[in-house]
Amino acid sequence: MHYRGIFPRDLFSELERLQREFDGSPSIRGAAPGYPAMNVGTTPKSVEVYAFAPGMTPEEFDVQVENGVLTISGERKNIVPPEGATIHIGEHFSGRFRRVVSLPDDIEPNSTTASYRDGVLHVCVARREAAQSRRISVQ
Amino acid sequence: MSEKAIKRENASEESAAMRPAVNVVEDATGITLYADLPGVPKEKLSIHVEGDNLILEGELEINSPPNTEAIHAEVDLSRYRRVFTLSRELDGDKVSAEFRHGMLKLRIPKAEHAKPRRIVVQTT
Repeated sequence: MHYRGIFPRDLFSELERLQREFDGSPSIRGAAPGYPAMNVGTTPKSVEVYAFAPGMTPEEFDVQVENGVLTISGERKNIVPPEGATIHIGEHFSGRFRRVVSLPDDIEPNSTTASYRDGVLHVCVARREAAQSRRISVQ
Repeated sequence: MSEKAIKRENASEESAAMRPAVNVVEDATGITLYADLPGVPKEKLSIHVEGDNLILEGELEINSPPNTEAIHAEVDLSRYRRVFTLSRELDGDKVSAEFRHGMLKLRIPKAEHAKPRRIVVQTT
């Protein structure tokens, strides 16, 4: 499992992590960002998470939102080479993976959608209406 | 300097590109290459053979909502590129490709004359 806070309230844990890496004692889970690679963005209405996990089927992902945390997990099966074949390069990740993203406080966990396209899992978590800034017209 | 930054410098000959992870397997009749190209739609993938070089290129297309503010990005370039040198016994004219869910499978057969032949030992 790889945990990395990405929202501003986690600034201190992020600094701590950077400090640890700088000290030459990286996490036992390795300093690499982990698999699958992830991008996260926000809009006033949603949190958009993209996980770059090719070669899967939609059913092979387990996506959960619980206690303000989004967890994406699954397993990437290894390509089994035919008997007698030689593996020259083997860079692909294989095996079980799990990544965790802490979400902001204003999310609406029940309206989360996920889709898988071109090898990218896209999870969209809606944010509460109240948190969206609204323009007040002056009478 | 992070590994990523070094890779990016190497790629700066053209516009910066990510290096797709690959698996390469060889059997008696040819080579199979699997490349991870998540985010690339089929029409943005290009595979071509130039002389001895096999060139893989792909452009990412991520349709995020128009007013998205990026907070965290591990994939921060919009294209992939990787070049392989084919050895002489491989038949670059007969490369076949399948592309599904961001994963490319390329089959490069060996030229007919390069396929292993079993020599039958005759007894006299």
